[in-house]
Amino acid sequence: MWTFIHKLGSPPWFFRFSGTLVRWLLPITVILLLVGSIWGLLVAPPDFRQGNSYRIIYIHVPAAVVALAGYYVMAFAGAVSLIWRIKMADVTMRAAAPVGAVLTAIALVTGAIWGKPTWGTWWVWDARITSMLILLFLYLGVVALFEAYENKTAAARACAVLSLVGMVNIPIIYKSVDWWYSLHQPASIKFTGESAIDSSMLYPLLLMIVAFYCLFVVTLLLNMRAELVWSYRESGWLRQLVGDS
Amino acid sequence: MYFESLAAVWHMDGHGFYVWLAYTLTVLPLVIMVWLPLKRMRQHWRWLQAEQRRVAAGTETPAMGSDV
Amino acid sequence: MSSDRPLLSLRTVFLRQFLRHGRSIMTSPADVANPLLFFFMVITLFPLGLGPDPARLATLAPGILWVVALLASLMVSAKLFASDFEDGSLEQLALAPYPLAVTALAEVSAHWLATGFLLALVSPLFGLMLGLPEGGLLTLLVSLLLGTICLTIIGALGSALTVNIRRGGLLLSLLIIPLNVPVLIFGTTAVREAVLGGNPESWLALLGGLALGSLVVVPLAIGAALRVSLDS
Repeated sequence: MWTFIHKLGSPPWFFRFSGTLVRWLLPITVILLLVGSIWGLLVAPPDFRQGNSYRIIYIHVPAAVVALAGYYVMAFAGAVSLIWRIKMADVTMRAAAPVGAVLTAIALVTGAIWGKPTWGTWWVWDARITSMLILLFLYLGVVALFEAYENKTAAARACAVLSLVGMVNIPIIYKSVDWWYSLHQPASIKFTGESAIDSSMLYPLLLMIVAFYCLFVVTLLLNMRAELVWSYRESGWLRQLVGDS
Repeated sequence: MYFESLAAVWHMDGHGFYVWLAYTLTVLPLVIMVWLPLKRMRQHWRWLQAEQRRVAAGTETPAMGSDV
Repeated sequence: MSSDRPLLSLRTVFLRQFLRHGRSIMTSPADVANPLLFFFMVITLFPLGLGPDPARLATLAPGILWVVALLASLMVSAKLFASDFEDGSLEQLALAPYPLAVTALAEVSAHWLATGFLLALVSPLFGLMLGLPEGGLLTLLVSLLLGTICLTIIGALGSALTVNIRRGGLLLSLLIIPLNVPVLIFGTTAVREAVLGGNPESWLALLGGLALGSLVVVPLAIGAALRVSLDS
């Protein structure tokens, strides 16, 4: 176990390992996404209250779940990079931020589109949507801070500090937005909660959540590999790999 | 299979526009998100290959290499 | 640092730094007056934009007052570490054998006394101008006293992260506005609760908890951020 973690910190080893991993995981992800989408779009029955518009749940909820998890991945990588100064942790954090931001944006856009047939407007200051909006700001803050520094080592450490503070803050933000929403909104507008969801709708949703997690890992690895090729362009192991190809 | 025909899939009892719009706006950024790092990687890789060919041909001195 | 001099206790370090920063604030009274003036002027904009209807202003007053207070604190926090960074005294502090978190906390405390504290003290006046019912005035004062502690210390973190970046002002607001969301929600809810005749104590307690929590945790992050800014 420990040797595996140590190997992860070594760029040449990680580069080869991630290459094999991506070659397997990318097709698996595509298949999972296809099966999940077809299941959710065509096979699952419609919701008795919302009709067919609920089918957006199969991308909205997975995107939101993975976007939130992505912030924790980023903050964890930030902590590792601050404490042990491991270059690979910097690269992970750098790669996770834009991926997480895109997933958050997808959750927001699909939520807005879902809102139109459900509530009659494109945008509702619903607790979940508002929390996602703030999460998007948190992600954009990290991306913008990284771009603003010219020294990229310092940029990674600054982003690590910011994302750690953000991570501590996220539960507080979610809870406070929840309270804020329940105080201001009449109880008549409410989502049909996932807890009451029928298994014929739940299984494709779970499948899609797994697929989005795989997608997150794949894009994270692809971004990290592209970053590694450039930052280690002058080192021997990469030259040899390039020469052999 | 819930739907009877392809037209019903497209229409989705009036919600088709929203559902397909949401899926389109998800698939497009996801495809771009996977494609961009692949493209960047390929560009870097080609650039490095070209550099090695130039070095082998003797038209350029190799950059200082440090083994990591 | 000469090694023959004994190390000072952290309390002495804190007090010295606090007084030093306080004196430097005193030398430019305009910097103290500006956020208050900003608060005053933006408050004036709201009746002009929304119309003078007292009933409507009164319902919006808690939110308006809190949002403007947040913006005022955002505006001043950009400059918190700027002068210390430019004249090199931040570098001296980083070399000193004391944790940067303590010295940074001293600066933030002095800064809070000159901005957030005064802002909270004058806020009931502006509450009256917006027609905030009298039952909400005391809660407004207390909620801003507690809330500006959080706003100032989070603003200090933003300032520490962006002090070495040119045109860091806009970036700073992007970094710290999302972190300030809970403070805003707890603060406005407390005032609104008091206006409606309810009991705002639980919301004030939450604000107090946030203030204490950020006083403990965020200075460490500020110290780390200052070191990053100095290294880059």
